[in-house]
Amino acid sequence: MAETAREPILEVRHLVKHFPLTRGVLFKRQVGAVKAVDDISFELFRGETLGIVGESGCGKSTVAKLLMNLEQPTSGEILYKGEDITKLSGRALKAVRRNIQMVFQDPYTSLNPRMTVGDIIGEPFEIHPEAAPKGDRRAKVRELLDVVGLNPEYINRYPHQFSGGQRQRIGIARGLALNPEIIICDEPVSALDVSVQAQVINLMERLQDEFELSYLFIAHDLSIVRHISDRVGVMYLGRMAEIGTDREIYEHPTHPYTQALLSAVPVPDPEARDRRERIILHGDVPSPANPPSGCRFRTRCWKAEQRCADETPLLAVPEVLRDAEGPVRHPSACHFAEERTVVPA
Amino acid sequence: MSDRTERPTADEPNATTGTTGPVETTSSGAVRIDKSAEAPADRDTPLLEVRDLQVEFRTREGVARAVNGVNYSVNAGETLAVLGESGSGKSVTAQAIMGILDTPPGHIAGGEIRFRGEDLLTLSEDKRRAIRGDRIAMIFQDALSSLNPVLSVGYQLGEMFRVHRGASRREARERAVDLMERVRIPAARERVNDYPHQFSGGMRQRIMIAMALALEPDLIIADEPTTALDVTVQAQVMELLAELQREFHMGLILITHDLGVVADVADRIAVMYAGRIVETAPVKELYAAPAHPYTKGLLESIPRLDHKGKELYAIQGLPPSLTALPSGCSFHPRCPLSTERSTTERPPLHPVLDASEAPVAGRGSACHYWKETLHG
Repeated sequence: MAETAREPILEVRHLVKHFPLTRGVLFKRQVGAVKAVDDISFELFRGETLGIVGESGCGKSTVAKLLMNLEQPTSGEILYKGEDITKLSGRALKAVRRNIQMVFQDPYTSLNPRMTVGDIIGEPFEIHPEAAPKGDRRAKVRELLDVVGLNPEYINRYPHQFSGGQRQRIGIARGLALNPEIIICDEPVSALDVSVQAQVINLMERLQDEFELSYLFIAHDLSIVRHISDRVGVMYLGRMAEIGTDREIYEHPTHPYTQALLSAVPVPDPEARDRRERIILHGDVPSPANPPSGCRFRTRCWKAEQRCADETPLLAVPEVLRDAEGPVRHPSACHFAEERTVVPA
Repeated sequence: MSDRTERPTADEPNATTGTTGPVETTSSGAVRIDKSAEAPADRDTPLLEVRDLQVEFRTREGVARAVNGVNYSVNAGETLAVLGESGSGKSVTAQAIMGILDTPPGHIAGGEIRFRGEDLLTLSEDKRRAIRGDRIAMIFQDALSSLNPVLSVGYQLGEMFRVHRGASRREARERAVDLMERVRIPAARERVNDYPHQFSGGMRQRIMIAMALALEPDLIIADEPTTALDVTVQAQVMELLAELQREFHMGLILITHDLGVVADVADRIAVMYAGRIVETAPVKELYAAPAHPYTKGLLESIPRLDHKGKELYAIQGLPPSLTALPSGCSFHPRCPLSTERSTTERPPLHPVLDASEAPVAGRGSACHYWKETLHG
């Protein structure tokens, strides 16, 4: 991250998304809500990668959809260069969308099997004709194929003629077509084999440098997120539990959930098997339709006390660590935040 | 009762229980094995030994050689990890052992699968059925699609005892509750009549484990048992599996693509690539110094949790098509050490020698240049 990059390109403030649960067909009434995202705030800076980790159902993919403006938030703001994109519509929205693109998880279902690669990658130009004049489009697509490491001669092939890794490259080329500033990547490598994962990660890192992209990198694989991210946010049940630089989160976690999550990751080192401290959480993630009061994690937390049920911990530098120095001082939404090293160095 | 033949999976063999579709009578598939009458297993015979196994699939593009001469063995109480990427043949090998290969298009083109010294491939279907689910059980990746959605979990767990042990309905239900308690499903007695969709992913995988454990098998094959689960739940399930394995002294074949999971639980490892075993070793040795360029590439290409690291090493290219395997060593088009010899001569599984030229127990590498890889 360059020193000059401290202006946020995207600012998320108190973002909330509740999906209503209804009962009845003719006389629908709301009986509750799935609180998929419940008051989340963060910033994304120019040229950086912000990793978002969390288990299934924590709301990380809903955040991606909200940022893409594919879902309307229940409340809260998403500021792109200071402008709230949730309030935009028509031409203004279209202009913003050009700059925020997405790469999807599953390269098998996110490409239309009846379209050629050239049509898939060139489709954004149909929607935003100002990005490339009609005559230039094929040339532009060839160039994009070359950028993502595919043979430009493949322009007339169909998705089924490519392997998973190659398909994900096609998805990335489509994301790059309009020269966006932000790319939201929702589990971009989790469907790929290990040996191909590394190729795609390296490609994404190269493209970030080349085009000064900001990535919001959503994944459940904590090792990959550490590798690619400058900062990491840990989500649990629709809330942000902890956020900080990769070193702050991985080497000096202060939130019990982060600690449990990190300690549960299998590490490819059999020598570490015996000296690693494992925190095995009991039970499952509660339903987001009926989350626990106060701290969302308290039902599985070994530190939980009455205060955790009564009072929602805010995402801020914890009081006890206010005077601390160094990487342990970072926002963590826990009343009893305390450093615990769980990843042996 | 009659409507049970209509159930969605009626025509598909239920591999875990070893029953096919509807349970007509308790005696249908039950060729019971009297444990005391079993031939006392020779101490030197491994529990399971796969010898030169070859499996082919006839496809429109030609014959796909999914498994090309695989050899491995598992002892009682031991965990063997079979590591490989998609298409490496790791799951097909397991299906051949279980006898649940889709034939056609697949067929076993050669080799032996010896279970306690007896070649399973020469047994009659009745005898295999008695072994499947009873002595060798399997845990699948996706519990939701492996369990029958229209039958309660208690019924499905109890089916094991009714079919293989001739238990009564009431008895079977009691045993099902016991099993659910054993895999630590809270409030087992209240939940025994619940259906699979009423359980969370981790709980469903526990039910799969319970089903595999039901008849206290000698060998469990777990095919990516935790891949569909979240990390915190994955840790719970792996810990449970390891604990139960110790308790029952079972052999475990753990099929996975996750190098982290292997390091956590396995004793030995066999790395597969394009239908062959390219390296086999005790886990610690393999991670400390891999002797095959593919294994080495894999280990270097995974990001680490404990430090950020620079650019990842990436193995170039793609795994080969199984209908057109490269000549010589299948890995040669992607290998940094490949030479003329690699393209013409297929490397056998060389024993790996240590510094004093003595073979390391249980280590082998199918690379002409294993020495260079090991020390380089």
